[in-house]
Amino acid sequence: MSLKKRSASISHEPLLTMNPKSLRLLIPMLSAVSAIAVSSLIIVMAGSDPIMIFQKMFRSTLGTPYGVGQVVFRMTTLVLMGLAVAIPFQIRLFNIGAEGQLLMGTFAAAMTGTMLPAAMPSPVSVSLCIFSAIAAGAGWALLAGTLKVRFGVNEVIATIMLNFIAQGITGYLLTYHFAIPSTVHTPQINTNAFIPSFDSVTGLVTNSPANLSTLLTAGVALLCWILLFHSRFGFEMRASGIQPEAAKYGGINAGMHTLTAMGIGGAIAGLGAANLVLGYKHYFEAGMTGGIGFTGIAVALLAGAHPLWILLSALFFGFLEYGGLTVNAWIPKDIFMIIEAITIILVISFSALGKRWL
Amino acid sequence: MGVAVRLNDVSKKFGSFFANSNISLSVEEGTIHALVGENGAGKSTLTKIIYGMHLQTSGEMSIQGKPVRFSSPREAIKAGIGMVHQHFMLVPELSVAENIILGHEETGLFRSLPLKKAKALIKKDAEAYGLAVDPDAPVANLSIGEQQRVEILKLLFRQAAIMIFDEPTAVLTPSETDRLFATLRSLRARGKTVILITHKLDEVLKVADTISVMRKGEIVGTVPASSVTKQELAHMMVGRSVLLRVINPPASPQKIILHIHKLRYLTPTGEEKLHDLSLNIRAGEIYGIAGVEGNGQSELLKALWGLAPAGTSLSGEATLKGTSLIGKSPAAIAHLGVSHTPENRLRHAVILDYSISGNLLFGRHRERSFHQGIGFNKRVIKAYTETMIADYDIRCTSPTRQPLSDLSGGNQQKVVLARELGRPRISLLILAQPTHGVDIGAIETIHKKIIEARDSGIAILLVSSELEEIIALSTRIACFYKGSVRHEFSQEEVELKRVAEHEFEKEIGLYIT
Repeated sequence: MSLKKRSASISHEPLLTMNPKSLRLLIPMLSAVSAIAVSSLIIVMAGSDPIMIFQKMFRSTLGTPYGVGQVVFRMTTLVLMGLAVAIPFQIRLFNIGAEGQLLMGTFAAAMTGTMLPAAMPSPVSVSLCIFSAIAAGAGWALLAGTLKVRFGVNEVIATIMLNFIAQGITGYLLTYHFAIPSTVHTPQINTNAFIPSFDSVTGLVTNSPANLSTLLTAGVALLCWILLFHSRFGFEMRASGIQPEAAKYGGINAGMHTLTAMGIGGAIAGLGAANLVLGYKHYFEAGMTGGIGFTGIAVALLAGAHPLWILLSALFFGFLEYGGLTVNAWIPKDIFMIIEAITIILVISFSALGKRWL
Repeated sequence: MGVAVRLNDVSKKFGSFFANSNISLSVEEGTIHALVGENGAGKSTLTKIIYGMHLQTSGEMSIQGKPVRFSSPREAIKAGIGMVHQHFMLVPELSVAENIILGHEETGLFRSLPLKKAKALIKKDAEAYGLAVDPDAPVANLSIGEQQRVEILKLLFRQAAIMIFDEPTAVLTPSETDRLFATLRSLRARGKTVILITHKLDEVLKVADTISVMRKGEIVGTVPASSVTKQELAHMMVGRSVLLRVINPPASPQKIILHIHKLRYLTPTGEEKLHDLSLNIRAGEIYGIAGVEGNGQSELLKALWGLAPAGTSLSGEATLKGTSLIGKSPAAIAHLGVSHTPENRLRHAVILDYSISGNLLFGRHRERSFHQGIGFNKRVIKAYTETMIADYDIRCTSPTRQPLSDLSGGNQQKVVLARELGRPRISLLILAQPTHGVDIGAIETIHKKIIEARDSGIAILLVSSELEEIIALSTRIACFYKGSVRHEFSQEEVELKRVAEHEFEKEIGLYIT
């Protein structure tokens, strides 16, 4: 290489020549930093001191065992919701229905939990409840998948509608058939179907709702990663997502992958019941999912639909969710909703920018 | 005559890779200047710099004596540069005239389009340059050749003085090509400057005034077309002497592998694409199908690979060693011992985001020998990848990390062929446009491998738009016309006529038009 060429290449060395790997790290960092900056601005506009707010948030979340437990508990559900969105996203399917699939799952788990005989051994009871939650979630998502494959119904519309239907079904069954009179929840499930809390097993994270389903969830994320990137199934599935026509030529059945991706997504969403019902509430309650399935979309997007990154991005959103609650006295929760939403928008904008840079 | 385009020491870097390095070039006004080179030699990058799609990393450019630095094609268009892309930039739903004025309507937001004025101008241009098209016809109804004419009219309408053509003949039939060349000459006669990118050497010699040869991002020479031969150009392009014709020893066909009898293909809208097609392909022969695009070749390929769209009605027989292929899925057909390189490599044969190793596996990932547990056996795949890369001379930096989209067209095609020719126990190989968009160096490798496959006893069906390729490789040649075989040249005839290739091309030409 001539000297001249070398000097020319140095003089034009902006972001363009950064290697893709450092860029991939830079983009989430940039979006996080700018999200913090914008949030501070909003907090100032709402009449508070951002530094004080952030301090309080950190102290009451990551600063106490109870706070840590709360964040971990929220993170657990968010990981599952993120995966429920991410798996179908790998074949360019947008699962907006994690919320509905989770609702069906929690209801099924709570019902199973109350109906099981009291004498049944705990591992069996827990497994049966989890199985019914998974089946309900998967079934609900497969409805959308089937509509897509058989009739070409857009999965976004189908899953949104199925969310409403899930809400209707569970709401109706709860109110008119299964709720304990003058409450909005079902009877408690059999104690043999409880998933133990971390507190009771280890004595850590005192009194917090965090429970052993977090471990199960981490395992599921790991399994998803293996399935996507290290199995033949994932090899086929990603190919049919990236280039459906090429996949067809390669003898891959794209319709089958639509169904399995939706089914797996729904099953994982349903599994959220393990954390919410078996690990914490021990019954089904109106509004217990609280829109967390939608936050899952943000979790998945922030992580680029990668199962392992989802662990981190769910932690971030779990922190925001619970952190927002802890500073409720100083700053309204609405402000935190704004912050969350702005973060999502920033992330999407930055990743679009990142693609242009690459 | 002045200089239309002058480049002085222009380089373009992507990451740490120099797509163009220290290019100096001057294109004289009113000439046809060809840029030739293998795929990945940097022709496209260079023209994208001239057309304002890329900004050079260093160096200067001037257009008609004025120094310029384009940051978008819009600026280049303003400076009088136009480009006919390989993939046309037309809106199928709009008429020819509407397409031509698109972006240059010269009217107010709520005023009607000055279509009448535009049509008069278009008509004038069309007559002057022999570009007959109906300005009112919807573009969707036009043939590829006609669409290209619309693209040229578009440039004339914008009064471009410098016109860049990116592989303009890749999609044309021989007669359309001749017609295009006549147009290029008349453009030159009226003082336009034409920059022609191609890798077809015969064409360059036929039409260009000056030829610049590119290799590995550099210009290795600029010569007047009148003073070079095809062999000299080829030598400059690849840096070594290549055989322009593959050594093709006589084949010894064995028993029938593929038997097609009275195959009829009706599209869902009732169009008959194959009409009582009958042919047999034997083990150890290459059966070449010559024909103008749209005479049923694509449909035959789809039918044989289980991809006829829903609603297609197929009747007749297509059997592989007695087993019917009709109604089977691609996976099942592959399992029977059929291998296929699709016509459209980028869309159908590869996953661009997957690594080279992943693409060597894609479509063959069901083979047991690659499996381990629920995943793949990394060791076996690594060995397989290394063998294929060495065997086919696939040029890449990292087989597992580099996405396939990083490779040049020729190397991508080598990946596809390595994968498909390497399938175990294949009895039928379907090759569609095996060297489309592939450079000379790679063509040589690919042709050798095809002959090798034939000699190992595989039956090969070859569909190609390059008559030269059909003639060079085939044992027998079928001339396709309107969905059936109009004429078949026997092995003896092909071997006899191959010697006088040019005459043979003409004879085939009679049967396919």
